[in-house]
Amino acid sequence: MRPFDYVRTTTLDETCQLLGQDGDSSVRALAGGTDLLTLMKKEISVPTQLIDLKRLPDLPSGITSTAQGMTIGTLTTMTEIETNVQLQEKYPLLAEAAAVAATPQLRNMATIGGNLLQRPRCWYYRNQLVNCWLKGGDECQAQDGENQLHALFGGGPCYAVHPSDLAPALLALEATVQLRGPGGERMVPLAEFYALPEEKRRQETQLEKDELLLNIHLPGLPAGTRSTYLKAMDRKVWAFALVGVAAIVRLEEQKIVDARLVLSGVAPIPWRVTAAEQALVGATANEATFAEIAEFALADAQSLSHNAYKITLAKSLVRRALTMLTDEG
Amino acid sequence: MTQVSLTVNGSPVTREVEPRLLLVDFLRDTLGLTGTNIACDTSQCGACTIHMDGMAVKSCTVLAVQADGSTLTTIEGLATNGVLNPMQQAFWDQHGLQCGFCTPGMIMAATKLVENNPHITEAEIRHGLEGNMCRCTGYQNIVNAVAQVAAGKGG
Ligand SMILES: Cc1cc2nc3c(=O)[nH]c(=O)nc-3n(C[C@H](O)[C@H](O)[C@H](O)COP(=O)(O)OP(=O)(O)OC[C@H]3O[C@@H](n4cnc5c(N)ncnc54)[C@H](O)[C@@H]3O)c2cc1C
Ligand code: SF4
Ligand code: FES
Ligand code: FES
Repeated sequence: MRPFDYVRTTTLDETCQLLGQDGDSSVRALAGGTDLLTLMKKEISVPTQLIDLKRLPDLPSGITSTAQGMTIGTLTTMTEIETNVQLQEKYPLLAEAAAVAATPQLRNMATIGGNLLQRPRCWYYRNQLVNCWLKGGDECQAQDGENQLHALFGGGPCYAVHPSDLAPALLALEATVQLRGPGGERMVPLAEFYALPEEKRRQETQLEKDELLLNIHLPGLPAGTRSTYLKAMDRKVWAFALVGVAAIVRLEEQKIVDARLVLSGVAPIPWRVTAAEQALVGATANEATFAEIAEFALADAQSLSHNAYKITLAKSLVRRALTMLTDEG
Repeated sequence: MTQVSLTVNGSPVTREVEPRLLLVDFLRDTLGLTGTNIACDTSQCGACTIHMDGMAVKSCTVLAVQADGSTLTTIEGLATNGVLNPMQQAFWDQHGLQCGFCTPGMIMAATKLVENNPHITEAEIRHGLEGNMCRCTGYQNIVNAVAQVAAGKGG
């Protein structure tokens, strides 16, 4: 790891100013450090100054109930999300997603903000000897290379998949993120916050360099709504999702009246399959419907040379999630 | 250099450290507490697990400066006057180790598990130890060791 200055700030304004101070990302914010320190060890990220967000008194931490929903402060750990009883009751899919993400010791350090802002696990990205497109280079080595873990949707120029398990759950919940920059605060729906990387913005979010994530706001769900997060891994535990599905369903007399489906592990950002959701509304909950919806959800998938298996996997997960959520037993 | 003050196994410690110094290197090299092992150095294997303010964390992915002001317990802090603590004793009794490399981290993770959940089930033990890898034992004797402590403690 290269040397850097360790900095503690006392106000949000001071922090944003410091973060925006120069153009080349040499000032970085440190939350739990579980992703950033890994990148710094490999010198993929080489900050000259590191601001310790856990020492910033005004940065929110913890889970609070609001009139309808809940607010989660950015410094809330993944362990807190996994174990908070109100959250487990209101948003089971989010607690489930936290419980299957990383490992217990990491969840004790890792914050929800850092989880949403973690960088891809693409092995070319994580290899310090490769200067791939996402890191500012000219080409994507995965496109025609070892792409078994890569994207089915939204690929090009980058085909990496977003590694977070919490992000798809939060997207399904239609969460909003509260950001703070030098000019004040803004509220951005998570659906806009995540944006496919492009030439001028080689990252997965709309977060500006001088902005901080403060809170994640979750709207309420109507009574009777059920939800789950399922994750396929190449071993039973402790791995990033090959494919995941965050599903929310509300049923009235065997008819689906509300449905949300977000896939993870299939695109550079969590991927909501809106057309499949719409097709579900009004449909009768049974295996035939779910098989059709699963086909529909994956209809536009574009596999690369080594990742077509993800299509089969995703279809099965969608079917399984819908069956579980509509099972009256 | 940045000054850090913390409590390690009950004793106050103050040192000047480089910000990039990892907590595990601080423990091993600066304080000479070499019981905490480093294996993967990428927060995967759990060999470096210690307690920081009552939580199990992987000390290879924490900076020493992040631990400023905190209370740490390492494997050296478990035994009292040469008497093994119940988890250490259980690993001994149940043959919960072979080469022993994973053992300090395993024991640190396991102590927290039982402390937080005295009636822990086998499934919960396995979930709670997902962050610790062992290349020798096949895990069964480790799970037995943790279950022994849970049985002794919580009934
Ligand atoms: C071995 C391993 C396995 C893992 N498995 C999984 C998994 O299965 N599922 C999963 O979802 N994740 C997994 N992770 C990722 C892990 O969850 C993330 O590393 C963690 O959530 C990041 O949180 P942090 O607080 O440590 O962030 P940091 O590493 O401190 O920060 C990450 C990024 O977020 C930025 N940041 C953090 N907070 C803010 C803020 N408030 N405002 C602005 N910027 C901010 C930082 O500047 C940095 O760029 C795994 C990680 C490891 C190491
Ligand atoms: S998929 Fe993205 S991160 Fe991976 S090599 Fe291509 S550009 Fe880089
Ligand atoms: S050495 Fe820290 S987790 Fe492996
Ligand atoms: S006893 Fe050898 S790695 Fe666990």
